[in-house]
Order: sequence, then C-alpha cells, then structure tokens
Amino acid sequence: MKIAYYPGCTLKTKAKNLETSALASLDALGIEYEELPRWNCCGAVFSLADDDLIHMVAPVRDLIRVQERGEDTVLTLCSMCYNTLARANELMKTDEEKRKTINDFMDEEPDYQGKVRVVHLLDFIRDDYGFDKLKEQIKKPLNGLKIAPYYGCTLLRPKEVALDRPDNPVVMHKFLEALGAEVVDFGSSTVCCGAYQVLGAPEAALQVSHEILDDAANCGAEALALTCPLCDYNMGKRQAQMLEKYDNAKELPVYYFTQLLAVALGIAPEISHLELNRESAGKLLKAKNFIES
Amino acid sequence: MPIFISTRESDDKLRKKVMEISGQNFQQCFQCGTCTGSCPMADHINVYPRRIMALLQLGHRKALEEANTPWVCASCHTCMVRCPRGIDITKVMEALRLVKLRQNIDHIEPKKLEPDQVADMPQIAMVSGFRKMTS
Repeated sequence: MKIAYYPGCTLKTKAKNLETSALASLDALGIEYEELPRWNCCGAVFSLADDDLIHMVAPVRDLIRVQERGEDTVLTLCSMCYNTLARANELMKTDEEKRKTINDFMDEEPDYQGKVRVVHLLDFIRDDYGFDKLKEQIKKPLNGLKIAPYYGCTLLRPKEVALDRPDNPVVMHKFLEALGAEVVDFGSSTVCCGAYQVLGAPEAALQVSHEILDDAANCGAEALALTCPLCDYNMGKRQAQMLEKYDNAKELPVYYFTQLLAVALGIAPEISHLELNRESAGKLLKAKNFIES
Repeated sequence: MPIFISTRESDDKLRKKVMEISGQNFQQCFQCGTCTGSCPMADHINVYPRRIMALLQLGHRKALEEANTPWVCASCHTCMVRCPRGIDITKVMEALRLVKLRQNIDHIEPKKLEPDQVADMPQIAMVSGFRKMTS
C-alpha cells in the first residue's frame, strides 16, 4: 500500500533540498508514497494553551485528509510538521472532551478519533523498513565521513511523540551508520538551536546555534546532519553571520539527513540541490569523492 | 536580586490565570533548578525558569512582567521532559506570553522586519514566531 506523504509549506519553497532528496531516496528504496492531494499548513507549532482549540483545526484537518483516503499512516519529513501533527493526533486520541469539541466544531468534516499513525522518515526507516535492509541498498557508502547527528527538539520532545529517548537518542546515529558514515557523538545533539527566536531574539539564537556547531567540531565532526528546515536556517544559512561575529567560529558543512541518504544511494547530486546549502556542503562531498567534482 | 514580598505585591488573579491557561500546577515546584540547568537560553534571560516558578507561586506580577524569559524561551521542551515534578514549564511560559498577547500587545512587529532579514527565512520560522509573539 502507498504511504500518504505530508510535505508542509517549507519543503515546497525554502527547503526543496530536503524534499527532493527524500523523495528520490524513497523511490530508490522502493517505498511507495503519494503526496496528499489536498493539505494545509499544520501551524508549525502545537498550541500549548489549554483553552486554545482553534489552532488544532489545521493539523486535525490534515489528519482527516489521510483518514478519508483509507490510509493508516502519514509520513512527514519536516520535524516541526511531525511534532505538530503527532501532538494533535495524540490529543484527539486521548482527550475525549476536546476531541468532541473539535469534531463538533468541524461539522463539515467526518469525525476524527486519532486513528492515523504519524511517522517521520527516521522512525519509518527504523521501524517499517529496517536499517539492515537500508544497508543492503547503499551504493556509495559514506566511509570516512565524520558526521555529527543533530536531533534538535521536535523529534524528541515531549515524550508522547518522541521518536526515541529524549535525552539519549540513537535513531539518527544508527541511520548514519547504515549509510557507512563515522558517527561523532556530541553533547549538544539534542540542544535547541533557538528555533523561532531568530525573530524575537536573533542574537541569542545565533549564539546557541554557534555553540552547537562549535561543540560538534570540537568533538571531531567534519559536518553535521539535521532534519529540520528551521535548524538548517539557524545553523546552516546563518553561519555567515557566525563567522563574522565569533573569533572561534569555523565553517562546518550542514546537510539534511536525506541529502546524505541520497548520496549514499548513488542518486545524482543535482537532485539533492546542494546549491541550496552553504558552499562547504558540496565541497566536502567532492573532496571525499562521494560525488564527482 | 532580592525579592520583596508583601500582600500588596501578590496578585492572585495572575497566578490563577496562568494556571488556567497552562493547565499546570506550578505550586508543586520544589525549586530543584533542573529547568534552569537545562535551559539553552539561560545566558540570554534575566530571570531563570526556576525563579519564574517561585515568582508565580507568590503571584509577583511586577517581577514577572519585568522578566524577558517567556519572550526568549524557544519552546524547546527540555525543561518539561526533565522536570521531576512533571510540570510542563513550556506551557507555563506560553501562558505568560498569552497573558500579554491577549491584551493585544504584540512582542514583535512583523512590519518592522527587514526584507533581507526574512528573504531566506523558512516559512516555519515566521509562522511559529508570529504564533508565539504576536496577538
């Protein structure tokens, strides 16, 4: 059966390199998927106010789109979409009173009981596809690439929707090992990059992002793998500002985990749109002979 | 920074409002400081989360209003997953933001953002930032 795929807004514009590399990889792995023909923005963040249910409507509507197609699982790539959809799903599954209010409010839609399973590509590969099977598909193992896995917040917190143990995750470690890379463990792999504070407190977000990259480099990483377009903005795109501001800042290539997957599967590098990363990202892969220069 | 407490300083309405919006009983906080030790923004806030909890227990409106903590909080949920009392501190921070935002007081003004500042910014940054910091 084809799996329903929910892209989210950012993957269609600023994070095309996350989407194109992921979808080409799914094809190469023989995983059948179909993008939901109608979807809306999930709202990016889950509402944390007990008396605010209106912000649940957007993610629940997306889940209803999955349910009405008779599919039981929805696949996400963006960490923030994963978190928002998974938490809204959890609320609909467990809170009878709020479920009734939301279903009554959305009276033009079929009722929703939280029956869809929301997955992220990382736990889908771990639980449904299997790391052993993934290893068999690798055409260009990333041997000798010292890479730091960065999880960020929304894949791991809160516990109800965590892909792995919030304080000591291994899923991305194992994923990168399956690609043949040398995983560099570092203390900041689950520390927040500052997220949306790039708008409210941009200097604070820059500093925490810089400290994460500095920690990864200090532990011996040559590059960092991540899953979230906002983390990529804070730690990838904003590296130019870090290099200007901090004396000890060093360039560190940052990749979406799917770009590394695509390279390891032997998919043409153009598909991964490395030009949307910082220049250092393509350079390192060429220097390591993973892609042609 | 010493805190002066008097019955005049204590605002029970604010305490109850934050409890109602967050659904969290911060009276249970026993001041261990795990939240502060876990906060990635600790270097950038003027009142640590542990102290926010104490100020809430006292209903100290003035000190709470002077704290930039809820506005620098990135909702990373680290304090929440580690709190030994099971308090969702992230929800408490959201409630403190909403107490202001629901009076139609924005913390950031989208109009004032520079075009080159937002040109490359992913949508999720703006959607989440506006959700958290505008009314």
